[in-house]
Amino acid sequence: MKLSLEGIKKTFGNVKALENVSLSLNEPGIYGLLGRNGAGKTTLLNIICRRVFPDSGAVMLDGNPIGDCDEQLSLFHMMGEKTYYDEDLKFKDAVKYAEDFYGCGFRKDQALRYADLFGLDAGKKIEKLSTGYKTIFKSSIALALDIPFVFFDEPVLGLDANHREMFYKLLLEDCSRDPKVIVVSTHLIEEVAPLVERFIILKEGKVLMEKSAESMDAYASSVTGPKESVESYVARFQILGRSFIGKLETAYIVGQPDDAPQGLTVQNLDVQRLFIELTNTKKEAMA
Amino acid sequence: MDIDYDSQKPIYIQVAEAIQDAIVTGAFEEETQIPSTTEISLGYRINPATVLKGMNLLVDSKVLYKKRGLGMFVSPGAKEMVRQMRSDEFILNFVKPLVEEGRKLELSNDRMMALVAKEINA
Repeated sequence: MKLSLEGIKKTFGNVKALENVSLSLNEPGIYGLLGRNGAGKTTLLNIICRRVFPDSGAVMLDGNPIGDCDEQLSLFHMMGEKTYYDEDLKFKDAVKYAEDFYGCGFRKDQALRYADLFGLDAGKKIEKLSTGYKTIFKSSIALALDIPFVFFDEPVLGLDANHREMFYKLLLEDCSRDPKVIVVSTHLIEEVAPLVERFIILKEGKVLMEKSAESMDAYASSVTGPKESVESYVARFQILGRSFIGKLETAYIVGQPDDAPQGLTVQNLDVQRLFIELTNTKKEAMA
Repeated sequence: MDIDYDSQKPIYIQVAEAIQDAIVTGAFEEETQIPSTTEISLGYRINPATVLKGMNLLVDSKVLYKKRGLGMFVSPGAKEMVRQMRSDEFILNFVKPLVEEGRKLELSNDRMMALVAKEINA
């Protein structure tokens, strides 16, 4: 199934949440949706799932605008950062509702297995659960879906290191068992980067960058050395940012130069550092 | 072995090296099947495309071969092949940097030779 967004705009009051966003999500795999707070990540996912309606633009599924019938809505799931479930809801009942809505697109046995692996008490009301277990409650449902599009908005919020690691493993397991488009939106870039096949970076409501993980790794470099040598060498490159420790400078540049003079150290920029350099405000870059 | 996500070495190369290590140590024996892309992907928590890229490096260098419909197998003679490949890389990855570092520190050739000899005899 081919999903595409065409010229999506959305304003809340006088805040422009999304400005002319166009994207395609066609190939199954894990997508990383990155952006600062307020960049429009959640709004974008909400629009695809028809929880929020765009001011203009369209979400197209196989070339047709997507509708609101149950049949189409059950192709999508969004595990949100906010909890919309009834506060009295217990996990053992939530899986029944998921089964009612998604039918054979929901693997109830898997959801129960995940809850058990995470040590979630299926008989406890969601309001009584800790932040981490509220996340696990929602993730365990989302991981068990065999539908074409599943979105995770901050799926590891409040999870300890052990549970985060298990979540990543289960996510890969889920995607290899039932190939689908999985979008993970998170601030923990370093942790999810190895799982991700394609990155989408949003900045102030616009798509700043959309690249495969491979081309993302090869996109930028850091050049470190004495200030004067660094400056004269990087002059011909697009510079993303600079940092100093005394007279030792590191410049972040676009490209992978292999002709740096002796005394300068060139290294690949990892996704998290690239993200920071691309999305820093002027004030942050100076700090 | 573990994948070092902070390393400058691309993850797919680390995957290829991990498989090579397993072959050299005998964990993956010649003419036997190695774990599937999915199994390795889950084990290291990295995307399967990256694992496949690492495996394909070893298919290209004939250390692994594909059996249609079954998966990847360790080639006969792979252990010796890997040992040979890794010895070539040993010069590039260890010996050259060692000499460069020594020069940077202004160690004389004799001094460097003596230090290596001492380590070998230790």
